[in-house]
Amino acid sequence: MTKKLLSGNEAIARGAYEAGVRVAAAYPGTPSTEILEHLAHYREVAAQWSCNEKVALEVGIGASFAGARVLVAMKHVGVNVAADPLMTLSYTGVNGGLVLVVADDPGMHSSQNEQDSRNYARFAKIPMLEPSDSQEARDFVMAALEMSEAFDTPVMLRSSTRISHGQSLVTLGRREEVPLRLYVKDANKRVMMPAAARQRHAAVEERLLRLQEAAEKSPLNRIEWRDRKTGIICSGISYQQVREALPEASVLKLGICYPLPPALIAAFAAGVDKLYVVEELDPFLEDQIKAMGIKVTGKSLFPLTGEIHPNRIAAAIAGKPLATPLPVPEDTPVPARPPVLCPGCPHRSVFYALKQQKLLVSGDIGCYTLGALPPLGAMDSCICMGASISAGLGYEKGNPELKGKVVSVIGDSTFFHSGLTGLMDVVYNQGSTLTIILDNRITAMTGHQHNPGTGYTLQGDATAALEIAPICRALGVRRVREVDPYDIRALQAAIKEEAAADEPSVIISRRACALLDKSAKPLYEINDNCRNCGACMRLGCPAIAREGDSVTIDPALCVGCGVCAQVCSFNAIGKAGATTDDENN
Amino acid sequence: MTKTTSILLGGVGGQGIVLASKLLAHVIQSHGYDLKISEIHGMAQRGGSVLTYVRFGSEVHSPLIEAGQANYILAAEKLEAWRWLPYLCRGGIMVCSTQEIKPVPVIMGAERYPEKVLEKMQSLAADGTLGGLFAIPALEVAAACGQPKAATVALLGVLAARLEFPRESYLQALADIVPARFLAANEKAFLAGYNYF
Repeated sequence: MTKKLLSGNEAIARGAYEAGVRVAAAYPGTPSTEILEHLAHYREVAAQWSCNEKVALEVGIGASFAGARVLVAMKHVGVNVAADPLMTLSYTGVNGGLVLVVADDPGMHSSQNEQDSRNYARFAKIPMLEPSDSQEARDFVMAALEMSEAFDTPVMLRSSTRISHGQSLVTLGRREEVPLRLYVKDANKRVMMPAAARQRHAAVEERLLRLQEAAEKSPLNRIEWRDRKTGIICSGISYQQVREALPEASVLKLGICYPLPPALIAAFAAGVDKLYVVEELDPFLEDQIKAMGIKVTGKSLFPLTGEIHPNRIAAAIAGKPLATPLPVPEDTPVPARPPVLCPGCPHRSVFYALKQQKLLVSGDIGCYTLGALPPLGAMDSCICMGASISAGLGYEKGNPELKGKVVSVIGDSTFFHSGLTGLMDVVYNQGSTLTIILDNRITAMTGHQHNPGTGYTLQGDATAALEIAPICRALGVRRVREVDPYDIRALQAAIKEEAAADEPSVIISRRACALLDKSAKPLYEINDNCRNCGACMRLGCPAIAREGDSVTIDPALCVGCGVCAQVCSFNAIGKAGATTDDENN
Repeated sequence: MTKTTSILLGGVGGQGIVLASKLLAHVIQSHGYDLKISEIHGMAQRGGSVLTYVRFGSEVHSPLIEAGQANYILAAEKLEAWRWLPYLCRGGIMVCSTQEIKPVPVIMGAERYPEKVLEKMQSLAADGTLGGLFAIPALEVAAACGQPKAATVALLGVLAARLEFPRESYLQALADIVPARFLAANEKAFLAGYNYF
């Protein structure tokens, strides 16, 4: 069979498909998003975007109880949202196999923190598998589903950015149609009230001991004996980095990173002169190995933060890096190229207006978090999905002088994810914050996924499109209005009025993501009226640049939103002859 | 056991770095090598630096390329070439576009676009630090072939002429991957790059 080059995410989807998974649910989040996008292509699988990760896992739980094999996927911080059902799912166990894929992001390529999800496996007392390339990503999903059914437990599979977005060769197989497992009502096992839960907790502890025994013999854990002077325990991507850095070293590769196999670890430790653990983020393996009374070196050599690359491993253990940077003249600094809001992004004018009105902005997670960067710089805080609205209320409660100055900014998908409860809290607790919902009609940052507002499901079926305004009214907000963010004067007036209102208010800033808007619009250009005042530069549009003593608009980047023309006081920006159709076919 | 070859592809979001790495992977795989590719999908769709690592050999472990390890760099933008230059190994080969795309800090006037980058790389090539510098106006070359968006494919042509695989493998990859309506212009751009030097 020929091998296919697959990303880790595609391989995870493939493994789930081959293992007979019938139901898959997720909320998009880098680097996990593509797992469900690939699963959506298989019509044998009911694959769905859920409103948030908690909902996704709960859908998975019901499907598993009903007898189906299930995959649920999320990024690391998504597990925080899903932690409530996860902790009790550990008690109930499963019917059909259930694998929860979590994609960590060491180095925070696109995340707000770099929490180590391995702690969740220990916290929930469930097994966790950790693949180190795409082939293992496929194989381990299949192994996880088998393990889930054999031990009556949810199983976590931990990926990371380098696994999910790395590509390597995979041998594929065929889908095995796994029949639905028989559904038998079992309230003592699935209705978690105290009396039943006490029984189940004991079962969880007993299950963990059996899983530990299984880990001792599992082919997913293996010793690779080479030179016995150095022995390294590792799992996941760190295995590949260790093999690159120290090809001669003996390795204990843990495919199951929880629970650990104490006898196997002791045997490996006894067989080498010096024992190391190489692991990114927390000393998760190291602490447990030390607790077994085994002498091991780990975090005294390696950082608790970020990724650990081969050079660092070679330098720390072998005393010599693999390579050194090419020497180049240092007299030429390299400017950073940070991500920016796209030309024509409908979020831009909102942040421009917020900055002009000097409002306190409680932010949220999405493309629009970039509104925090200069020159817009219009965001005061951003914590997690949905926090903008509730934290906004908190600002006002914490310091009553901020009343009338607090604006919470949240995207459409994030509002559906976890904004509704916050808004309800503002109404219920008599807040007066302004909430601006940036409704760009899509989940943009993760690559344009559908959400409850778009009218389509993950698998492309037409469905109900929820309207945001009636939802806000139903939650008790009386002041709800929609504004087109390309009309900056109307936007500014609305913000001014609603921020000052002595009751909760909502502005829905509604305009499709500029990357999806294919309508032809006239391009804009600078004319002779320009006094080089720089007002348009404060929009931070990548199409507008200063060239010596004047300002220019790059026709290849302009998408014709016209916001710059509205902020110019000298009528120096006008429509050019060309349209977006001519330039950006 | 063949030694692992490392190719770093860098550019700006929207320039086609992902397509170039896909084509390259197709060629490498067709010659029976093990390979790994690593991409970072940044925060925004457009405007940020884009970076892809391609590594191949008889058995590839790490998907990463670290400073001083790249045998080749393909840079679709001049400042990005300068940014990733320390990643080349001594004697490594730089293939880059002379195109300039200003990052926002430069647009805002907070930082300056680096000057004389090509001249500086030229002198590194002259003293043997670089094994070769191949800079072309990729945008103009591709535009002349009827598709300015094929600029990075033209650069791939320049790189291809320096790698071990035959030209036909790349043409096959183009035919397999590029949509039919863009194929002719992309083939033309690839060959223009291939025959540029």
